[in-house]
Amino acid sequence: MVTDDLVVEVRPKGRPKRFTTRFITPTVRRRRHTPETWLRGGGLSALVFALPAIFVFGWFSWLPIAKSVVMAFQKTNLIVTSWVGFENFHRVLADPVLPIAIRNTMWFALLALIFGFPVPLVAAVLMSEVRRWKGLYSVLAYLPVVMPPVVAVLLWRFFYTPGPRGVFNQLLSYVHLGPVLWLQDKTIVMPALVMEATWAAAGGTIIIYLAALTSVPAELYDAAEVDGASVWGKVWHVTMPHLRGVLFVTFILQILATAQVFNEPYLFTGGGPNNRTLTVLLLIYNYAFGTSLGGRYGEATALSVMLAVVLAILSILYFRLTRRWSTS
Amino acid sequence: MSTTTHPTRTTAVAAPAPVPAPKRRRKAAANDLGTRSAISEVEWRRPAVRRPWRVMHVVLLVLLAVAAIGPLLMLLKFAVTPTQDILRTPLSVFPHGVKWSNVTEAWNRVHISRYFFNSLYAAAGCWVSQVVVATCTGYVLSVLRPRWGKVLNAAILCTLFVPAVVLLVPLYLVVLHPPLIGHSMLNTFWGVWLPAGASAFNVVLMTRFFDNLPREIFEAARVDGAGPFRVFWSMVLPMSKPILGVVSVFAVIASWKDFLWPMLVLRNPNMQPLAVRLPSLQASTDLGVLMAAMAIAALLPVIMFLIFQRTFLNSAGMGGAVKG
Repeated sequence: MVTDDLVVEVRPKGRPKRFTTRFITPTVRRRRHTPETWLRGGGLSALVFALPAIFVFGWFSWLPIAKSVVMAFQKTNLIVTSWVGFENFHRVLADPVLPIAIRNTMWFALLALIFGFPVPLVAAVLMSEVRRWKGLYSVLAYLPVVMPPVVAVLLWRFFYTPGPRGVFNQLLSYVHLGPVLWLQDKTIVMPALVMEATWAAAGGTIIIYLAALTSVPAELYDAAEVDGASVWGKVWHVTMPHLRGVLFVTFILQILATAQVFNEPYLFTGGGPNNRTLTVLLLIYNYAFGTSLGGRYGEATALSVMLAVVLAILSILYFRLTRRWSTS
Repeated sequence: MSTTTHPTRTTAVAAPAPVPAPKRRRKAAANDLGTRSAISEVEWRRPAVRRPWRVMHVVLLVLLAVAAIGPLLMLLKFAVTPTQDILRTPLSVFPHGVKWSNVTEAWNRVHISRYFFNSLYAAAGCWVSQVVVATCTGYVLSVLRPRWGKVLNAAILCTLFVPAVVLLVPLYLVVLHPPLIGHSMLNTFWGVWLPAGASAFNVVLMTRFFDNLPREIFEAARVDGAGPFRVFWSMVLPMSKPILGVVSVFAVIASWKDFLWPMLVLRNPNMQPLAVRLPSLQASTDLGVLMAAMAIAALLPVIMFLIFQRTFLNSAGMGGAVKG
């Protein structure tokens, strides 16, 4: 906004010479740093251009980050705020639902790795060998990623209709299985959620792997061929090692993403049945905005901070371990 | 499936007679120039290699098509199917005819039109805020380079490492009682637009792109008497069209897909975007009409993706490279 006004102001005047003296000469003879030289050196314009970032990041990134640390030790009902020390943490840790939420989140993350990690990798390696209609494969793979999660979840929820008329149950009945209570059965509900989440996210990972696959140096394949490597030998000994760096990163990124899963459990089941899909983020949401026990902002923040710290420690440990492992 | 029979036929022909060879050789040359995949062109010509890979590719294509287009086609089909048919025979194709009125009913009577334009409005604002913040900041960090640029850069990069979870509740409280202006941003679109601008990823993308622009051009422009605003408006912005396309396309799609944050900020149902409104509609709406509404919600991102697929696919891979 600011820039627009100023540009409009500059153009009609059409006197660029004034700016010449303002922006060129100081760089030639900048000796002392006074406010005046700073101003003449274009310091003000740099500040003007930085204003949107300072404003937006300051207000909506740095302030909330600082606030989260402060609020974890406070109790607030939005009118009166008081310091309560570690009480929020004590309460959260004493909540009998927390272990359930942690277990569910870890189970979701593990299932998402089992379902979601090999599928994009295999698909990407196969797709990189496609000689015809390569673009079609990528478009198809990425299409679910652009679907709004709400639409995808509501649609899949309909697919998961429990009776024999449900879409998936009808498909299963063709092979004489089911009907399955997809979202009502305590053991099946989580894999059902993960299946949808994998469907929604796999395309993005496939595209990342495909991009990484194009950067494998051709010489490596040529050299492997000279040494008599078979196709699978090249895939295993050249392609896979080259993907290792990307795999490390997507692995931890996927864990970080699944640890913060919200849309699927919230929209599919709301945490049920019997808290079987209650994730940590859903618990945070319930603390802060839930209908029955909402408004506990201090506890919600304390749990978010704990989750963030755990994730940070996890990623640091992960990068330490994998660095040692990859260098040896 | 003509594709399944086609490969075997070409194998039989290609081995003795080199008729289709020129076409393939041109492709091979192109491959040699750039990158190549694990299977060389020589190996690809061997049926023992090509046949199993072709089969795997066809299987993969079918699986991808079923996974990607299947749900979408079913959604489009449900959108014009009577509710009774959706419930009783979801897999059969229009057993009792097409019901176009689902769509009109959703658009008019369930006010999907309003929510659709709310979504558009939210997306447009998010787009403006992201583009303004990203371009201006990238310009400061990469071209103007003030001495405090490093501090700003570090402060922005830091936010990349803070998981979004931590910010949810405090950000909500900031929007509820913003300091300085003292006027709640709840139930205003500003509460959706402005936080969307705080995307460190966009800034990194922009800065990297600007870093690769030739600095001599900016120097020349300055010598010719262009001020920093002129350089930004008439040189940097026109030169950064590709990256602006990337940021724009992802900004719009991300805003269209967003659910949790707009749900928290826009409590007034009349202001809610489509994605937020759909779950609350499902209890009170006829299933066929709901499916039509969902199809309308899915249509814009899908069409946008099909139009800008190159931007999407190239930059989705790039995003991975930046993250990695």
